[in-house]
Amino acid sequence: MTEPRSRFDIVVVGAGPAGLAAACAAAEKGKRVAVVDDAPSPGGQIWKGEQSRLSIPQAQKWIERFRRSGATLLDRTAVIAAPEPGVLLAEHPEGAREIEWSKLIIATGARELFLPFPGWTLPGVMGPGGLQALVKGGWPIAGKRVVICGTGPLLLAVADGLKKQGATIAMIAEQAPMSRVAGFGFKTLRHPGKLVQGMGIFARLRGVPYRCGVWPVQANGGEQVNSVTLADGSNQWTEKCDLLACGFHLVPNVELPLAMGCELAGGCVRVDANQLTTVPDVYCSGEPTGIGGVDCALTEGQIAGYSAAGSDDQAAALSNERAGWHAFRLAMSNAFALREELKSLANPETTFCRCEDVAFGRVKAASGWREAKLLTRCGMGACQGRTCGAAAKFILGWGMESVRPPLLPARVGNLTRTNR
Amino acid sequence: MAERVQLRVNGKSVEVTPGTVVAAAIAMAGESKFRRSVSGMPRGPLCGMGLCMECRVTINGLSQCRSCQTLCEPGMEVLTDD
Ligand SMILES: Cc1cc2nc3c(=O)[nH]c(=O)nc-3n(C[C@H](O)[C@H](O)[C@H](O)COP(=O)(O)OP(=O)(O)OC[C@H]3O[C@@H](n4cnc5c(N)ncnc54)[C@H](O)[C@@H]3O)c2cc1C
Ligand code: FES
Repeated sequence: MTEPRSRFDIVVVGAGPAGLAAACAAAEKGKRVAVVDDAPSPGGQIWKGEQSRLSIPQAQKWIERFRRSGATLLDRTAVIAAPEPGVLLAEHPEGAREIEWSKLIIATGARELFLPFPGWTLPGVMGPGGLQALVKGGWPIAGKRVVICGTGPLLLAVADGLKKQGATIAMIAEQAPMSRVAGFGFKTLRHPGKLVQGMGIFARLRGVPYRCGVWPVQANGGEQVNSVTLADGSNQWTEKCDLLACGFHLVPNVELPLAMGCELAGGCVRVDANQLTTVPDVYCSGEPTGIGGVDCALTEGQIAGYSAAGSDDQAAALSNERAGWHAFRLAMSNAFALREELKSLANPETTFCRCEDVAFGRVKAASGWREAKLLTRCGMGACQGRTCGAAAKFILGWGMESVRPPLLPARVGNLTRTNR
Repeated sequence: MAERVQLRVNGKSVEVTPGTVVAAAIAMAGESKFRRSVSGMPRGPLCGMGLCMECRVTINGLSQCRSCQTLCEPGMEVLTDD
């Protein structure tokens, strides 16, 4: 049971690797720390369910260290607004929560980028990370035939995870050309941890076709997906599947930083050497500052935690380590840059906004995101543009200027408190 | 793993291990369509992380619950395609 109103020296939003590392660093310095997360257990996306599963040593180490750190976990608590300086408004199944902070560390992670193509709304078409998360939550996958497509290292991690659970991976289709992906593999040699992880995955994925320069053009099926049409620029063919996992890497969750007034650069939160944003006392770590993976998130999290707790020297001691992960982050974004063809997968009739069923042709006819929202209701539905807004940014070059509360979908009763 | 959780999906009894999300129980019950879109298209989970809202179902009479973010509890009544 948590209190309706509580106050802490340092509040961390997000209990993924970045948030847990930040909380450990700050709480071990004697600060009163709370970590707030929408999910029922700590671990974020990559370590979902690890607190009971005990399968990843790195996750165990951090979750255990977090338990001993003295930091408080406020789980099932979604931050929906920042109504005034120093206060977050959150939603818990038992009601609204007000959480006061002196320093705030934002570690809200990332979500998958979904791009519309004919058939992408069929049940059974999911994000690779999304499917992985559902499988961790007990989704029956054994014996299912899965095609994994889109882009990024996540495709491999997910293929490995699903295969271990008894799925048949019919194919992994990576949109990036082989030349770039191979170059990325070579660059990761400078990061031994990543390499070992990568080799383990490759060994276990023996026998699974991994095709580069291949992308989805259509998902087929009536009430449910049963095959996918893939293309490589010269040929098109169809692969049968029970599930199609398709995602175009990750985009940072920047709604909370935007609501707090933090400046962005290139779609990511701008931070200084201490992970401090452009807003005083507000720090940011992990994916919102750039898609860098779990190790980058852990290092940035610790730096933010130490800085917020006033231990600048301990933060500075980690700056070389961070520079290494930032090089990896840059190599990853170059290797998996999205090809132009992906901008023209949707037909005028293809559903673009899944919440309001707005066709791509109607959206495209608008002059920008604001007009599309006003005229077509695109991005105005239940997900508040989380899905189609990111697609519009890539396909049409439209940016989202601002965000309105709630930052996560909220129940109506708690929403009335966001506008005061 | 002695513990099991019993719940019902569209009236059909499903038994799961603790820690299973409602979306998974729905799949175990053999349902693929979780909801219908505003124009009647069948939909199922997309993001698996609580953001896309495509996995919404009715749980214990409360509509619009995200089944990917809700853990199964004993005696739960889940309705899809509402
Ligand atoms: C669906 C998905 C699956 C993934 N699976 C893998 C994988 O299997 N292997 C791999 O190597 N990488 C995976 N990744 C990449 C992985 O997320 C990152 O490498 C790493 O977890 C980043 O850590 P983080 O702490 O920055 O963010 P995250 O781990 O994403 O943690 C962010 C946390 O913030 C919480 N949060 C966000 N907004 C709010 C809010 N408003 N209120 C309350 N809480 C909030 C979220 O619930 C989440 O727990 C996955 C990514 C996604 C999106
Ligand atoms: S699958 Fe996206 S919110 Fe549940």
